[in-house]
Amino acid sequence: MFLKYAPLVLTALLRKKTRTVFTLLALAAAFLLIGLLQAVNSVLAGGADFLGANRLISQAKTSFTQPLPMRLLPQIEAVPGVDRVSHSQFFGGIYQDPKNFFPQFVVNPQRLRDTYPEWTMPEDQWRSFISTQDGAIVGKLLADKYGWKVGDIVPLNSFIWTKTDGSRVWEWRIVGIFSGRDQEWSDRAGLMYLNYGQFDEGRVAGARGLAGVFVVRVRDPMQSERIAAEIDKRFENSADETKTQSEQEFQLGFLKQLGDIGFIVNAISGAVFFTILILTGYTMSQAVRERVPELAVLKCLGFTDRSVLLLVLAESLALCLIGALLGMVAATLVTNGLPPEYPVKTDARVWLFSGAAVLVLASAVGLPPALHAMRIRIVDALAGR
Amino acid sequence: MSTLTQVREIVLMNLRSIPQRLGASLVIVIGIGGVVGVLVAMLSMSAGLGKTLNATGDPNRAIILRGGSNGELASFLDRASATLIKQDPAIARADDSLPLASGEIIVITEVPRRGDTSGANVSLRGVEPKGFLLRPDLKIVEGRRFKPGLREIMVGAGAYKQFDGLEIGQRLKFRGSYWTIVGRFESGDAHDSELWTDLETAQGAFGRSGVSSVLVRLTSRDAFAGLKQRLTTNPQLNVDVKTERDYFSSQSSGLTSQIGYLTTIVAAIMAFGALFGALNTMYSAVSTRTQEIGTLRALGFGAAPVIASVMAEAMALSLAGGMLGAGVAYLLFNGYSVSTLGGNFTQIAFNFAVTPALVIKGLVWALAIGFLGGLFPAMRAARMPVTQALRG
Repeated sequence: MFLKYAPLVLTALLRKKTRTVFTLLALAAAFLLIGLLQAVNSVLAGGADFLGANRLISQAKTSFTQPLPMRLLPQIEAVPGVDRVSHSQFFGGIYQDPKNFFPQFVVNPQRLRDTYPEWTMPEDQWRSFISTQDGAIVGKLLADKYGWKVGDIVPLNSFIWTKTDGSRVWEWRIVGIFSGRDQEWSDRAGLMYLNYGQFDEGRVAGARGLAGVFVVRVRDPMQSERIAAEIDKRFENSADETKTQSEQEFQLGFLKQLGDIGFIVNAISGAVFFTILILTGYTMSQAVRERVPELAVLKCLGFTDRSVLLLVLAESLALCLIGALLGMVAATLVTNGLPPEYPVKTDARVWLFSGAAVLVLASAVGLPPALHAMRIRIVDALAGR
Repeated sequence: MSTLTQVREIVLMNLRSIPQRLGASLVIVIGIGGVVGVLVAMLSMSAGLGKTLNATGDPNRAIILRGGSNGELASFLDRASATLIKQDPAIARADDSLPLASGEIIVITEVPRRGDTSGANVSLRGVEPKGFLLRPDLKIVEGRRFKPGLREIMVGAGAYKQFDGLEIGQRLKFRGSYWTIVGRFESGDAHDSELWTDLETAQGAFGRSGVSSVLVRLTSRDAFAGLKQRLTTNPQLNVDVKTERDYFSSQSSGLTSQIGYLTTIVAAIMAFGALFGALNTMYSAVSTRTQEIGTLRALGFGAAPVIASVMAEAMALSLAGGMLGAGVAYLLFNGYSVSTLGGNFTQIAFNFAVTPALVIKGLVWALAIGFLGGLFPAMRAARMPVTQALRG
């Protein structure tokens, strides 16, 4: 059935090649945009659940920029179900030029190793990170970018932390270069970890003893939600109330700060969809109008009204499908080519969304001309009336 | 007939016949309208943000931060430095003969956006009483000022619109106690996105002894150079001195350029799509007019007038589309208020601003698409052999 009619649909599309190609290109551009925009939406909508989260982040309830004191650590560790706890403080260092921005976190090396087993590094480098007060380890990506090797001294000018002598330039000795245990984590190895030892000793007295945020590794991911609630309850009504959420949600929080991205993304997608609807709708109705005598001939040959209707609908669907496919493939290639710090992916969800959009589009633009084609009266059409 | 007269006649004739091809013409109008609408709407976002940040800052006011800090959030001045700074002779004095200077502290609190549950960063600014004298533009629109020593908060008009639970009388809970909202203020600048409280109350609650910045009023605009020279060379201090205006405009530059960059990508992809829509329409406009064009050529009209007529149609339709798009963007988005992450890693609320410059930019894009979309069909029309065209 389908194969029998496929050549007819194809012939109809190839009847005016320029017009079909132009419409396909317009459709491809529209779906490229929709694919990219909805990929952004997909990131925002995804995550935000505790399911399968084996790492939680405890931050100060007022704001994550407010460091939590180190004394909370043993109390968090004592919560049943907590496996290991580490702490992490954003360092805010500039290497040579503000344009060279990369994140650095001040951590306790042993605790980092326990909570992030995804990072891999030779055993002797882990040992020297643990034992070197001014030690730092850098991700493979970063080390390659700046040509750093073990033993190098890297000066970082922190815009947040001042040393007791009033200077803000901290020197860190690179003692290890880490990588990820799989491709996904290797792609993220663009950051630097600094030893808490030199950091806490060096900073002004008023700031000592602050840990930053706590990273909590739980034994059973299914228990995450309960553990998070229990940690927050422990510090309720103290000066240092905490807010504990899954690591994924914590990171999403940064994106959400940018604003109501969902609204902007959907507004643009809507405008794009409406525009392409009008464009393709016009092409389809034009294509059918030109072919009225041909359609009448088909009917003379015994095609029923219904099969003519389906024929035109199939043509519209084929047009939208090919155009959308081109655009979506382009969108997928673009998002796959983005650097790992942009976690935007044109994933299955986005493809599904676009598939639905194609169906809506194809029926909206195909139905009016298809109904017109169905209602053609053979005599009138052949007479050119 | 001279070529010019020919061009005029044929262009007018063609434009008058547009209503007969309304459906096709609408494709160009709406296609380009969509591009221009999105372009103008997105650019109006960065224009609005720039407007809010540039409105902040009086050249008569200067802000003093810790040396090397990139914003108030990362800045810290101890009490001794703040006191020393306030004694500079370039600082104007109030009626009580105390310097017109306010040591201020910025901390971040999380308040949920309206209709959202996760918190967005909002600045909580602790100010000294002189902070109000320093900013005469600031008006209380409802309620009253906070009382020093009490955990009371005033909210900015922008923050009030964007975030949840900031009605007067409501209480926010942070740092282990409740803070009552007692007033709402409007300043028409970046401070509208903030929550304000008393400096010493904030210092107490957040365990801080110093301030983030000191804001001062200069005796005159020219006094700034002296102030900067004295403070930066004073060995007791390690500070950066900026006029308030310079400080706030430097805070916005990164964000507005990022928005501009993204907008251009989105608009370029849309324009690419709309271009093909325009090409389709113009090719079919030319093909429906084949006989007409053939007749004109047979009557002695040259190729140039024919090209001109097709181009004029394309450009006129694009212009209409551009105006439609800009108009819709204006109606829907002008004054629309949103908030995003500003310079201090906190939310800044602002209104979209559809300015004339943006509308012109949108129309330029529309005309460019119309030009390209009309050019090739126009060439085809001009190249058609007369005999063939007459047969249709």
